Amino acid sequence: MSKIEEKAVQMLGGDVKTVLGYEKGSKGTRPFFCHTTEDAAKLVYDENASTNLAAYLVKQEIKDEGKIGVCANTITLRAIAQLASENQIDMNSLALFTVLDEGKGDVKDFASVDDINAYLADKPLPDSEKYDNLDKKLEAMTSEERWTFWVNEFSRCIKCYACRAACPLCYCTRCITDVNRPQWINPWPSPMANMEWQVNRVMHMTGRCIGCGACQNACPVGIPIGYLSRKMLVDMSKEFGYIPGQAMKDGNSLSTFKPDDQENFIH
Amino acid sequence: MEKRYINKEGLSKWFSSILNAGKRVYAPVRYEKDEKVDFRQVLSLDEVADDYVQTTMSAKAAIFPRAEVLFKYKSEHKGEMTLEDFNPDNVPETVVWKMRPCDAAGFISLTDILNTGYEDLLYKTHLDKTTLVSFSCAKADDFCFCTSVQGGPGETRGSDIQLTMLPDGGAIAEIITEKGEALMKLSEDAFLLDNGEDKAKYLADVPVYFDIETLQGKLKDAFNSDIWKEQSERCLGCGACAYVCPTCACFSIEEDPHGTQGARLRCWDSCGFKMFTQHTSGHNPRAKQSQRWRQRILHKFSYMPDRVKDFGCTGCGRCSRACPADMNIREHLSSIVK
Repeated sequence: MSKIEEKAVQMLGGDVKTVLGYEKGSKGTRPFFCHTTEDAAKLVYDENASTNLAAYLVKQEIKDEGKIGVCANTITLRAIAQLASENQIDMNSLALFTVLDEGKGDVKDFASVDDINAYLADKPLPDSEKYDNLDKKLEAMTSEERWTFWVNEFSRCIKCYACRAACPLCYCTRCITDVNRPQWINPWPSPMANMEWQVNRVMHMTGRCIGCGACQNACPVGIPIGYLSRKMLVDMSKEFGYIPGQAMKDGNSLSTFKPDDQENFIH
Repeated sequence: MEKRYINKEGLSKWFSSILNAGKRVYAPVRYEKDEKVDFRQVLSLDEVADDYVQTTMSAKAAIFPRAEVLFKYKSEHKGEMTLEDFNPDNVPETVVWKMRPCDAAGFISLTDILNTGYEDLLYKTHLDKTTLVSFSCAKADDFCFCTSVQGGPGETRGSDIQLTMLPDGGAIAEIITEKGEALMKLSEDAFLLDNGEDKAKYLADVPVYFDIETLQGKLKDAFNSDIWKEQSERCLGCGACAYVCPTCACFSIEEDPHGTQGARLRCWDSCGFKMFTQHTSGHNPRAKQSQRWRQRILHKFSYMPDRVKDFGCTGCGRCSRACPADMNIREHLSSIVK
């Protein structure tokens, strides 16, 4: 019996009804909801899985099912810490663990956000090379060229909202694009509406995004949208002094007011 | 059906004559930066992509656009309204070049949905003005399952002309419909006599994964089954599957108002979205993802064959390829049949 299976069996014997993890799928690993001790053998750990499991944990129908065990990889842990800091997840409703050394080592439990942050301290953000390459290319462009680049990329957007669904931090019960009185963003794809949707998405993520890249991996037409949130993440962390990919202890940068803010205009 | 042979030069000549006849031609084009291939309007045969299994999007948008204006309105004086209705004359003659047989077959299902009982003028106009040139499949991948849903890599249902590419750069041409014949006649001398080649030799091998009639039978009593929840737990509820699908036809009606004028549009929608069935009262008959997944499967594999004979799936595998949570429809269907 693998360590992960052992852990799941032990959890399912207690107050946990479901263990959320990964199983082998048709495109690498995929999310797996394990309900029985027999199914626990199917659980595998995947550090590089692109689906961020935290995206499921904010769904009401999953919350309604009671305590859930989560076999989390690094991106899932990042998102859970952020969601907990936004009061979207009750850590007491989770039994959170990971498998060390990319699935080869021991099982490690997390009881609190502090536990998660301590574990994340030396973990790099995923896909840094991909991000850096595009960053170099875009930084070398004039602003007009960059605009053209993105208009061209977004021309393929089909507004399927897979980026929204795959993102663990896109949890609004009614998204701005689903509001039609007034209709802030046209729901059909058009050059302006596609740009508006992404600007909205990215701005709503700024100071919150944990850089997991789930949005980009979910995009069926392959638009590098993960870059946009990542760029904001990198810039914001410099300006506001936080560690990229880790939840801020005292609230999100763009939704928190401090009397001693260094900018005068805000006083 | 007429069978001919067209050589490499003939293909190029015929393609030019299609363009010269003023037709809008959509064909698969490879994006610059990656491996994805999708339908775009093309102006030369050189732009058309080679050597891929499937385009990301189906050819659906050529006949059923992602968003289409139903009518425009304008109020110049208080109480007076002028309407500009959809004008069929503005729809150009179109050729979809190099679509897969599963995409061409998709239009049969779409026509069932949009033109049964009531003839949808917009859809009908696009359909009448579009000629479908499919290329049989020499390659398939593990997501393809056309042979399990009454199709095949050389299936001609839905196509106006089907080409099967030959090693010499020429092709076997099957002229299936009158529309196909009219398209051939744009350059008839390019079409030589049948060279006797058997197209079966050049088709991909796509295994049959399940029996469709058994599936349909099992689904009849499956409404209250636990499988819907089991299968859909990992579904994230995005609309990627519906938007890449050649047969999904759900739409929403949207408004584009600008002061005293505006337009009303029909836009693709997805039954996978929670908002799709949300009532104004707040009640949602499909509040759970499992109910929405059940609707997707029952609509395609039970309600449609019951009502309009055809299935709402052609086995193109796009939904499985596009799904960020690996909801592999072939696996799910196979597990229902088992």
